[in-house]
Amino acid sequence: MSVAQTINQWSKAVPAWPLYVLGFVPAAWWIYLAVTNQFGAEPAIRLEHKLGLFALQLLLGSLLITPLRDWFKVNLIKYRRAIGLMAFYYVILHLAVYLFLDHQIQWIGWDAVIKDVTKRPYIMLGFLSLLVMVPLALTSNNWMIRKIGPFRWRMIHKATYLIVLAGAAHFVMLKKTWQLEPILYFVLAFGLVAYRFWPKNGLRWLGRRNQTA
Amino acid sequence: MSKYSLPENLVTPKADWMNRRAFIVGTAAAALTGPSLATSISGTELEPTSWDAITKYNNFYELGTGKTDPYQNRDLLTTDPWSVEIGGLVANPKTFAFEDLEKQMPMVERVYRFRCVEAWSSVVPWNGFQLSDLLALVEPMSDAKYVAFETLYRPEEMPGQRSDLYPWPYVEGLRLDEAMHPLTLMATGIYGESLPNQKGAPIRLVVPWKYGFKSIKSIVKITLTAEQPPTTWNLIQPREYGFYSNVNPEVSHPRWSQATERPIGKGVFAKREETLKFNGYEEHVASLYDGMDLAEFF
Repeated sequence: MSVAQTINQWSKAVPAWPLYVLGFVPAAWWIYLAVTNQFGAEPAIRLEHKLGLFALQLLLGSLLITPLRDWFKVNLIKYRRAIGLMAFYYVILHLAVYLFLDHQIQWIGWDAVIKDVTKRPYIMLGFLSLLVMVPLALTSNNWMIRKIGPFRWRMIHKATYLIVLAGAAHFVMLKKTWQLEPILYFVLAFGLVAYRFWPKNGLRWLGRRNQTA
Repeated sequence: MSKYSLPENLVTPKADWMNRRAFIVGTAAAALTGPSLATSISGTELEPTSWDAITKYNNFYELGTGKTDPYQNRDLLTTDPWSVEIGGLVANPKTFAFEDLEKQMPMVERVYRFRCVEAWSSVVPWNGFQLSDLLALVEPMSDAKYVAFETLYRPEEMPGQRSDLYPWPYVEGLRLDEAMHPLTLMATGIYGESLPNQKGAPIRLVVPWKYGFKSIKSIVKITLTAEQPPTTWNLIQPREYGFYSNVNPEVSHPRWSQATERPIGKGVFAKREETLKFNGYEEHVASLYDGMDLAEFF
């Protein structure tokens, strides 16, 4: 049996729901380290960055499901919703740390945040990413798919491409200079989105399927 | 006596700062007998940030771009032997062995606020000597207007310098009057101990009213010039980092506000603090910039 078949067999047996529990383990661990002062000299910022980066990694993971199936016949689609939703939850946690621990709106008020959002492109991109994620998260359940229909659902969820590009750009731009790590993330995000737009893939982004695959 | 000279009794005796544990006690004792140096310079008593926080959270791209990289890579750098070459527009160019500087310069202790351009801050008890005392030894000529500094270039010991992303070696510069200001320090230690490598051993600049990147580390060369010298961050991002880079809450960095700062080493719930103009040293240094538009010369 090939590796792909083994994985596919195994994924049939393993349900997706544990991901909703396991997914929070990194966040819980980082929060624990931050609160117990084991997270360096600026624990709030480290926590903020860890949560944001993990959200981006989860988003990239959700976009890897399709090419894995196309190239290696590995079918992990049943986990995609959980991965996408976890990305959304991590973005919410990232936002909460940004608001309450970094900018401290509870002490200082909204002024600095409003200036940040209106003046700084990388913050705008972060918020854009977050806002676009909301309808996707709200429609990530069977009931909503039935309600709006699979075609419309698929069109709405194409917004993932915008989300991941905005998220990766947000990461690249917050650094003081061009740095290798964020650039690699952006290149990966760009590649995974470009894959969807590649004509040979049957312009899946238009909702058509590649019949020859 | 000039406005900036510090009476002998305001300088903590060496015996007090030689012992790091006795440091806080020493400052408290000084406060009882008269205004301590920290008070006389900043107007308020400053509580130094912990040794742990200021030695494990550093920007020293030569040892890596992550905040903890310089601490992790600190042992890669060797600083013995070390010398500092001073030349350019001076009557008496000279190369100083580091141990001679330590012996012959009048050592002082200064507790300064340290404000990073990234909006975090700390309070550091430095040991060292005034740059003005060193420059006096080489006798700047009348056409010298600027002072240029250069960090060690040794890629085999500094992994960051093997990357082409940044122009090496790191260079910085001051106007001569800024360099001669009594607050401007050549630091050789913190908390009464030798500078740890990740803090810029064995000798670095400290200009407390400017953003931290101006305070160039591990200096090997100082050159007096007639023209404004190039400075590394200004070369990399001229729109974001100016030559002056005075701490100024009213002039935002293009990507973040400079109005407040996050004190490091105070836990996950540390409160932001208001950033002070010239980092709290306004009364001492504002006159250096009389008539200048600080938003234009940022």
